[in-house]
Order: sequence, then structure tokens, then C-alpha cells
Amino acid sequence: MPEQVIWGMEVFLNGLMAGVLYALVALGFVLIFKASGIFNYSQGVMALFAALTLVGIMEGQVPFSHLINATFGTEIHHFGWHVPALLAILLTMAVMVLLAWLVNKLVFQHLVNQEPIILFMATIGLAYFLEGMGDMMWGSDIKTLDVGLPQGINPMIDEVTYGIFGYGFFIDNLDLWATGIAAVLVVALVVFAQYTKQGRAMRAVADDHQAALSVGISLNFIWVMVWSLAGFVALVAGIMWGTKSGVQFSLSLIALKALPVLMLGGFTSIPGAIVGGLIIGVGEKLFEFIVGPLVGGATENWFAYVLALVFLVFRPQGLFGEKIIERV
Amino acid sequence: MNEMNTEGYVTEDGRKIGGVVMEMRNITLRFGGVVAIKDISFDIRQGEIRAIIGPNGAGKSSMLNVISGFYNPQVGEVWYKGERRPQMKPYQVARQGIARTFQNIALFEGMTVLDNVMTGRLRHMHAGLVAQSLWKGRAEAEEVKNRESVEKIIDFLEIQHIRKTPVGRLPYGLKKRVELARALAAEPSILLLDEPMAGMNVEEKEDMSRFVLDVNDEFGTTIALIEHDMGVVMDLSDRVVVMDYGKKIGDGSPDEVRNNQDVIDAYLGVAHD
Repeated sequence: MPEQVIWGMEVFLNGLMAGVLYALVALGFVLIFKASGIFNYSQGVMALFAALTLVGIMEGQVPFSHLINATFGTEIHHFGWHVPALLAILLTMAVMVLLAWLVNKLVFQHLVNQEPIILFMATIGLAYFLEGMGDMMWGSDIKTLDVGLPQGINPMIDEVTYGIFGYGFFIDNLDLWATGIAAVLVVALVVFAQYTKQGRAMRAVADDHQAALSVGISLNFIWVMVWSLAGFVALVAGIMWGTKSGVQFSLSLIALKALPVLMLGGFTSIPGAIVGGLIIGVGEKLFEFIVGPLVGGATENWFAYVLALVFLVFRPQGLFGEKIIERV
Repeated sequence: MNEMNTEGYVTEDGRKIGGVVMEMRNITLRFGGVVAIKDISFDIRQGEIRAIIGPNGAGKSSMLNVISGFYNPQVGEVWYKGERRPQMKPYQVARQGIARTFQNIALFEGMTVLDNVMTGRLRHMHAGLVAQSLWKGRAEAEEVKNRESVEKIIDFLEIQHIRKTPVGRLPYGLKKRVELARALAAEPSILLLDEPMAGMNVEEKEDMSRFVLDVNDEFGTTIALIEHDMGVVMDLSDRVVVMDYGKKIGDGSPDEVRNNQDVIDAYLGVAHD
């Protein structure tokens, strides 16, 4: 087998793994959009905020320490303890639920029945607020996150592929884990949405507020629940990306990569977010591998958006989105 | 405090009507300067079909919205099952067992007929989240029971053939029926129907009338309905409240109401002074 093809296969696999991470972020968008019609621009910042909080809790950092020190002239930075990863994740989740409750109570409860563009603007505001809040609470320096997920080359895959092709594939353990976790998360979310009372109520609220009220569904409960779920997905995405490339501001920019994923998969489809993420991940890695050298590289920066543009022209509702039928 | 009136009455066709389930006392509802409902009192009895009629803009829908908690009146009390009801959100009222349909139909268009009707059962689902996801223990038994009751209603309203169809694709008349099915699935103590015959042709109206009567007969459901088609109402209901310009101008059996001079004036259009 020509080595170009073998390398191509490795690139393909790595693309799949990258795609899983895109899909994770896109999933957060889909959840909120489905249940409340809000396009949540702050999803990426939520991932950053979750990762920052997780690191902060694990390291025993004192929140707002800069502010406190500047105000009172003290010098406190750490509580002096370390919290085990699992407990820290649970605590962070509690913070995300609290955040969901606050966001609904202080912002979106007052914007019920407003135009989508107004809701969208509110989420942009929320994004910048959260970003500043994250900075203020935990500081703006780049942090490493290690919750104990294995990293580095997977020797088994390396060995097996070497045995077959005479060339060992480089597949990162972390990516393998991310794939597994994402798969579990997706299955759990689908089961939740399809088969549980709360999931059914969530779909009902997404469809018609009045009707939902008339069968006894509390809109506020569902909204807080959905924002919490999105917070949970953000936390998972934050852990994966944070472990991979450090917890830093650029983490929030992965949200922008989720946009083309949503164009492909459709804003309302959970499987769509997954498939869309995989297509973008594989597409941009393969494109870079095949076409990149011909045009001087850096195609990964724009490939996803161009692909999304093509999709917008030919299939505006995405691969799995609900078909747009206008009755006249 | 229990002021439930236990004595009932017997209808012409021999049905026994029970005590008062719901009582509206001196309800007044204003929107800014507009008075939609002015000092209206009436009651709804166990097992009866109670109609609220009146010309356009009489305040009928507002009254239904007060009962179902979508509007909160500025003055007056709502008594339900012998207790005064505090101010409630619509979903809380629904959980108390008051189901409703809407004049302009509010269904979950993207969901199938079956799923829509199942949402009506939400208030009868109590199993924990994990149990529901894994389909174990209480959740399984509950789901089976809920399915059974939903299938019974679907059968009853003759919508089996469209069980799996997304509601958005159905014609108007069938949508109305699905909405009724969803409300019934809640096994409500009181079923509120907002203009159930609006926009229907004669045949559909006859079907709907039959269903309303059958529901009342079969399940013993107390029904309060709004309608402005006089003919339909007189045939269906046991007692009728007549509203005009936000005021109550008549209350009684269809025959009494039919012979009430104020009611005749309101419908034929006599100048108001």
C-alpha cells in the first residue's frame, strides 16, 4: 500500500477524534436551541468558565483573590488544599447548575417571547460577562488541567498498525477517551430526551409554550434544566480541550468552530451535531493533508466555514435539521 | 374549610349531577382600562356540561383563561374542590387536574399524535430519572399503564390511523381532536374546551359534539366549554352562562336561557344605553 494512503488513513482517524470534540461543543448549542430557541453564543465561554472553575477548585485557588488582595492589601492566593478530580468535577457541576439558574432568573426570564435576535444579543452579553467573571475569579494566566485522563501515544494501536502497514499510527490516548466519553454522553442525552418525562417535557417546551403550560409543565424548570445540561456539556468539552491544550482564553473560540458544525448538522438535531462534527473534523484534516501543501497550508482555518457556506446554499436546514416547509 | 355543595340535580336525560367542583366568585378582570370581565359569579358541578356563551368580545375566553390560570383576576375568588385557590401559574392549575384546549389549537406540531397525547400524562409520571432512562422498576409499570390509558383515549376519539403522524401534517379538524385527546389523557377533574367547534364544517361539528357527549358519558368528565354557535350549545349543555360585554346576563338551563329577554337582545343586537 502506498504510504500516502496509509498516512491519509492516520489523518482520517485523527480527524475523527478532532471532530468528536467539535461535536461536543456543538451539542451544547443544539440542546439550548432546541428547548428555548436561543442561539447561545456563550457556549464556548461556558466551556472556558467550567474548565477555569474546575482547575481553580482542584488547585484550591481562592476565587476573586486579585480583587480581594487589591482591596484589602492582603496576600492570599490559595486555600492550601488540593481537591481530588472527581469531587472537583462534581463541585464544578454544582457551580454550572447555579449559573444556569442565575442566567434564567436574571436574564432570560425577562426576555420571554422576545425576538430571536434579542435573545442572541443577550447571549453575546452573557459571553463577555462570563469571560470577565472567569478572569476575575480565577486569574487570566494559562493553566494546565489534569484530571487523570491518560495522554500520549496509544502503544497498542501503534503496534497493531505497525504490524499491518509497517507504519505505526500516532493516536493520542486522550482523543480515544474523548471519543468514548462523547459517545456515552450522546447516548445518555438521546435516551433522556426520548424516554424520560423531563425529556418529553423539554421537547414539548421547545415546540409550544402555551401547550406545554396547559399540560402542567413549568417553563422555568425546563429552562434551568436545559441550561444546566448545556453547562454539563460545556464542562465535558472544557475538560477535554483544557487537558489537550491548556485552559486559556482561546478555549472560548472553539465555539466558533461549532458554527459550521451546526450549519452541517442542523441546529435542531443531536445526531446532526455529532455527524456534522465528524465531517468537519475529518474534512479539515484530510483537506489540509491533500490540498494544504499545494496552497501553502493553513487551510484548517477556513475549510470548515467554506464547507458550511456550500451547505447553506444547497441544504439550508442541514443534514438532519427539520425540513423547512412554508405553508402559503 | 369545606363549603362544597353536595346536593346535585338530575338532568332531563336522567344523568345525576353532583356537587359544586368549581366556583367563581365576583370575578373582575381588567386589562389596563378595559374591563374584560365584570363581577361575574357562577359554579360548575361534578359531571355536568357547562357552557359559557356570548357574542364576540363578551369575555368568554378571558373567563376560561381565569379558570385555567392564564389570567389572574384583579378582584374575586376562585374556589376549587371546596378550597379557595391562591394565585397560581397555568402549569400549577394543570397539575391540579384542570385540562384545557385552545381556540387556535396549541399542539406540539413537531411531535407525533401519540407523543402529543402522552404529554397529557406527564402529571401521572412519578418515577425517578434513572429508573425512567433504564426502563426499570416503577418506571416500566408506570409507562405501561400510561400507554394503556393513552391508547384507550386514542381509540375512543377514533384517531388510531394517525397515531404515528406528526401533528403538523394533520388537517384542522383532526388537530382539534388530538388536542382533545391530550387534554383527556390528563384524566382531568374539569375539562375546559375553548370553542371546540370553531372553524369546523357541519360534519366535523357533529363529530365533535358526539365526542364531547361521549366523553362526559363514558368517563364522567366535568366539562366547561365556550362556544358561540348557539345551536350546538343548546343541544350539548346542561347549564349555560351567558355573557355580554363582560357581564353575566343569564344563567340556567338551555330552555331558561333561550327565553331570557336579555339574552335574546344580546344576540339579536338591541342598542345598549
